[in-house]
Amino acid sequence: MSDIADRVKKIVVEHLGVEEDKVVESASFIDDLGADSLDTVELVMAFEEEFGIEIPDDAAETIQTVGDAVTFIKGAV
Amino acid sequence: MFDLTGKTALVTGASGGIGGAIAAALHAAGATVALSGTREGPLHDLAATLGERAHVVPANLSEPEAAAGLIKDAAGAMGSVDILVNNAGITRDNLFMRMSDEEWAQVLEVNLTSVFRLSRAALRGMMKARWGRIVNITSVVGATGNPGQGNYAAAKAGLVGMSKSLAYEVASRGITVNCVAPGFIATAMTDKLTPDQKGKILGQIPAGRMGAPEEIAAAVLYLSSPEAGYVTGATLHVNGGMAMV
Repeated sequence: MSDIADRVKKIVVEHLGVEEDKVVESASFIDDLGADSLDTVELVMAFEEEFGIEIPDDAAETIQTVGDAVTFIKGAV
Repeated sequence: MFDLTGKTALVTGASGGIGGAIAAALHAAGATVALSGTREGPLHDLAATLGERAHVVPANLSEPEAAAGLIKDAAGAMGSVDILVNNAGITRDNLFMRMSDEEWAQVLEVNLTSVFRLSRAALRGMMKARWGRIVNITSVVGATGNPGQGNYAAAKAGLVGMSKSLAYEVASRGITVNCVAPGFIATAMTDKLTPDQKGKILGQIPAGRMGAPEEIAAAVLYLSSPEAGYVTGATLHVNGGMAMV
């Protein structure tokens, strides 16, 4: 587990209030973790702050799963 | 009655009669206030009158970049923006057939588009805090229409639809979005009316008088308060019965 993946998972657990073992790389925020569209906006905001990066809207739309987020952030930091 | 101790509020158009009264009412309830407007003199005068917990953050909302900058300035001065009162507005009255594209665009830009931009910028902090209040000052003419104010009425009616849509989106985050719709309020603007014009207006108001800026401020204070947490997407009409909508 990379440090980035751990930090992403922590944010997802805290924000969505889900069990940690459900936050796997393939988990979809909306389909598997019960997020609504506003939650996904808030998650992107939280990632931006945690990692000090900017996630443009068109990139944010492609971040559907925990793995997507980790991959994008790894490429952006 | 309503306690805003520890809350921070940004009031646009605070150099005007209604905006000044709103800022004073929120401040009196304990809020820290940021006063915005284009005319710095009156803003500093008001801040001096209020004393502590009052900041001046000038902005010209006819410039597209001003809105995001203003939220940043206000949050910088106060630490956050918990309450946003979008009160700034302009008029460029003209008969519809004579109205220029510019007169239309200027009014829409300041009275509607800047409110969109300010609200969007302020939401980030409110979402994180799980608490926020957005109060948009509209007008009775947004509901009734008014000859010579096609642009102004369109912008004010637009605010109502925008507020309701946003209210839907953020209700689950403890953020409410409401409108206060003043009728005829005694300000420097209405002082310019002739006695004849005033008489005609008063004839249409069941209360038989113009409203006071403080009566608008009281409505804003209520909607900004914790007690109004279950009120969202609403328009509170404060017009002496002039339009019962």
